[in-house]
Amino acid sequence: MMEIGLTHYLILSTVLFSIGLLGVMRRKNLLMLFFATEILLNAVNVGFAAISHYYNDLTGQMFAFFIIAIAASEVAVGLGLLIVWYKRHGNINLDEMSSMRG
Amino acid sequence: MFEAIAFYLFAILTAVMFYITVTTKQALFALTALAAGMIFISAFFFILGADFLGVVQIIVYTGAVMALYAFGMMFFDTTRELKEKNGSSLITAGLSILSAVFVVLIFVAPIVSTKVQVTAAAIEGATNSQSVGMVLFTKYLVPFELAAVMLLVAMIAGIVLAGKKMDRSLTLMGEEEIMLAEEARRKVLL
Repeated sequence: MMEIGLTHYLILSTVLFSIGLLGVMRRKNLLMLFFATEILLNAVNVGFAAISHYYNDLTGQMFAFFIIAIAASEVAVGLGLLIVWYKRHGNINLDEMSSMRG
Repeated sequence: MFEAIAFYLFAILTAVMFYITVTTKQALFALTALAAGMIFISAFFFILGADFLGVVQIIVYTGAVMALYAFGMMFFDTTRELKEKNGSSLITAGLSILSAVFVVLIFVAPIVSTKVQVTAAAIEGATNSQSVGMVLFTKYLVPFELAAVMLLVAMIAGIVLAGKKMDRSLTLMGEEEIMLAEEARRKVLL
């Protein structure tokens, strides 16, 4: 209990990931959906850093860096698209984004 | 002892912050809670000895990403209460926990079954940022450059997408002009 091992971090990572997944499932507002994806990416980063520490291998940290870079570019492009959508339609509600009927 | 206290403290703090982010109806609360959660996440990196990663986390996430979100929120009508799906929350919670466990199992299974081999060991006697630099600029040089190109592409895409009609500033327009622009927008929508 007092000795923090890899399992503790992996469980924490799983808990944070499920919180993010919960957000992805129940959010309708696209901006809030973006927040949930950030939580997912952060949860994975914690797991990578923990494995990197406990195996004394820097590869996990490298992957965390690239994940952060991908998250930054995702935000830039996604927010740009969101602004364009909001200018055209006046809302960013996921349920009203159904131009294709299926 | 202190490591355990720090771990549990920050684990509870991050979980609570992210839970607020996911459940709150106020967009501003979600944004602030997410920013706080990001800072608390960096604490784990410092505990784990990944100093450089922790600093990058603070600078990139709470500095750049959160600022971008705050900037983006100015475009959207965030004072309006968010409508959410009203499905069974029990099913959603169960499904999300189940899928998260599956995802972890999928990724952990190969590690457990085969012996893990250290491919980029931390250099002895070097600080974390030194060894990160050495690995990043030797073994991961090509992905690093590709990430740089990707960030450039994303920056250009962001400018092109969000920068249209930026010449019209809402803060410099008079009250009537804003009303006229609003009317015009409504007509386009109809």
